[in-house]
Amino acid sequence: MANFLLGRLLQSLVLLLIVSVIGFAVLHLAPGGPLAQFALIPGLTKEDLARMAHEMGLDRPLPMQYWEWLTRLLGGDWGHSYRDNRPVLDVITGRLPATLELMGAAILISVLAGAWIGVMGAIRRYSIFDMLATIGAMVALSIPTFWFGLIVIYIFSVHLGWLPPGNRTTVGGDGSFLDYLHHLIAPAAVLALVEVAIWSRYIRASMLDVVNQDYIRTARAKGLPERTVLWHHALRNALLPMIALAGVEIPTLLGGALVAETVFTWPGMGRLLLDSLGYRDYPVVMGILMFSAVLALLGNLLADLFAAVADPRVRLA
Amino acid sequence: MPTASALAQPAVAVKIGSGAWRRFCRHRLALFGVAAILLMVLASIVGPSLIPFDSLKIDIRHRFAPPPFEGHLFGTDQLGRDLLVRLLMAGRISLSIGFAAMTVSTAFGTLIGVAAGYYGGAVRVALMRFVDAMLCFPQIFLLLVLAAFIQPNVVTLTLIIAASSWMEVARVVEGQVRSLRERDFILAAEMLGASGRYVMFRELLPNAIGPIIVAATLTVARAILLEAYVSFLGYGIQPPMASWGNMLNNAQQYLGSAPWLAIFPGLMITLAVSSFNFVGDGLRDALDARFDLN
Repeated sequence: MANFLLGRLLQSLVLLLIVSVIGFAVLHLAPGGPLAQFALIPGLTKEDLARMAHEMGLDRPLPMQYWEWLTRLLGGDWGHSYRDNRPVLDVITGRLPATLELMGAAILISVLAGAWIGVMGAIRRYSIFDMLATIGAMVALSIPTFWFGLIVIYIFSVHLGWLPPGNRTTVGGDGSFLDYLHHLIAPAAVLALVEVAIWSRYIRASMLDVVNQDYIRTARAKGLPERTVLWHHALRNALLPMIALAGVEIPTLLGGALVAETVFTWPGMGRLLLDSLGYRDYPVVMGILMFSAVLALLGNLLADLFAAVADPRVRLA
Repeated sequence: MPTASALAQPAVAVKIGSGAWRRFCRHRLALFGVAAILLMVLASIVGPSLIPFDSLKIDIRHRFAPPPFEGHLFGTDQLGRDLLVRLLMAGRISLSIGFAAMTVSTAFGTLIGVAAGYYGGAVRVALMRFVDAMLCFPQIFLLLVLAAFIQPNVVTLTLIIAASSWMEVARVVEGQVRSLRERDFILAAEMLGASGRYVMFRELLPNAIGPIIVAATLTVARAILLEAYVSFLGYGIQPPMASWGNMLNNAQQYLGSAPWLAIFPGLMITLAVSSFNFVGDGLRDALDARFDLN
C-alpha cells in the first residue's frame, strides 16, 4: 500500500512537472507575451516597456524564467495578479468554493439519476425505456451545454419565472440557504446533463456484468425480494467501477463547470479564467491551469485509493 | 515471451469487409446520421444560392421578424438579416472546421500513437507522458487559453482545436499498435527485412484503422461543439462571418424578445453533433472497435 502510494505520488509529480512546462510554454510563447496588455497603455514608450520587461524578468532566457517561477511556486508563491496585485492563490481559492459547490451538486444529480436510468435500462434491456435512454444519452452528449443553459434560462426564468437567470445569490437578498439552493438548481442541472448521460451508460453496462453472477442467483434463490437484490446486492457492486470513473471525469466536469458558469454568471473558477484571459492576467491564468491539473491528478489518485478500500479484490500495484 | 502475451490478449484486427458494412446498415441511428450529415453538407453548399437573401445584407426595416415572415422562413436577426441563409453559411464554416480539425488531430494523434507503440521504451514513455499531461487540463481550458492569444480565423481556430483534441486518438492508436506489435505477422515482416517505416505504416496502421475511423468520427462531433463554444464566447469566428457558435453569442441578449435567434443555431449544432455521434456509434459496432472516447 505504502509503496503503491509513493509510486503513484511520484508519477503524479512527474506529470505535474510536464504540465507546468506545457502551461508555461503556451503562455510565454504566445504573441505579445505577458507585456501585451501594457503595450496598449498610451504614453508608455518602448524604453518604459523594456524597463518593465527587465523588472519582471521577461528579458531573460525562457528556461531561466521557468526555473525561477517553479522555485517560487514550490515555495508557495504563485505570483500576483496583474489586475489587482492580490496573491494568485488567494484569488483562486476565493473562487474555488463556488465551482466545487456546482460540481458537487452536479455529481450528486448525475449519480442518482444515472444510477436509476442505468439500473432500469439494465433490467429491462432492449425495452422501449432502454432504447429511449440510449438515444437520449447520445443526444444529451451532443447538445451544446451553453445552449442548453440558454434554453433553460428562456423556459424557467424568462417564461415561467421559476428560477433566477444567474448569480449565486439574490443581490441584496438575505443570503439564506434556500436562496443559495434556488440559484444552484439551474446551473447544476445543466452541468449534470452530460454527466447523467455518461453515468447512466456506464452503470447500465456495469449492472449487466453483475446481474449474471452467481451471488445474485443465490440472493434470488434465498427468496429475497427482487428490489432488494437489485438495489442492494447488485447496484452496490455495479457501482464499484464507477469510483474510477468519478476520478477520470474531473477534467470533463471542470470544463463543463466553466461553460455553465459563463451562461449563469456563476462566480467560480471558470468565470475567473475567462475574465483573466480578457485582462491578459498571466499569473492567474497559469495558476488556474496548474490548479485544474492538480485537481485532475488528485482525483485520479483518490479514486484509485477508494476503489482499493471499497473492493478488497483490487490489488494496488 | 512476447508471443504468449500476444496470444493472451488478441488485438482487434479489423477487416473492413461486407460483414462490417452489413452491421453498419442495420444500425438505424447511424444511417439517420449519415443522411442528416449529407443533407446538411448539401444544404450548406447549394442552399445559400437558392435563397433570395444575402447572409450579410442588413435590412433595418425588417429586424427581429419572427418566423415565418414574408419569405424569411426562419425569421430575421437583430440586423434584419435572413436567419436561414445565415444558418447555412454558418454551416459551411462550422462543418468545415469540424472536418479540418478532425483531419489534423487524427493525423497528428495517429503519428504520435504509432511512433509510441512501435518504438516502445523511452520513446513510448516520453510521448505518452506528454499525452497524459495534456489530458490533465480540461480540454476547454486549454482551448480557451490558446484561443485568447491568437488572431482568430478559420485556419488558426482549426489548428488550436486540433491541438487540444489529438490526445485521445494517440492513446487509442498506441494501445492498438502496442498489442499488434507482438504479433507474428509483424515479426515476419521484420524478418523479411522490412524497414521501420514500412512496418509502421504498411503493416501496423492498416490493422489499427478501425478504431482510428471511429475516433475520427467522434472527433468531428467534438470539434463542432468546441468551435461553437469558443465562437459563442467571442474568441472564435468573428462577425459578420457567421458560425453556429457566434450566432448564439448575439442571441443571448435577445432571449426574451427573439428566442428563435437562439433556438435554431442550437438545434443545428445538436443535429450535426448527434449525427456524427450516431455514425461513430454505428461504426464502432460495425468495426467491433470497443473503446470509448469519453
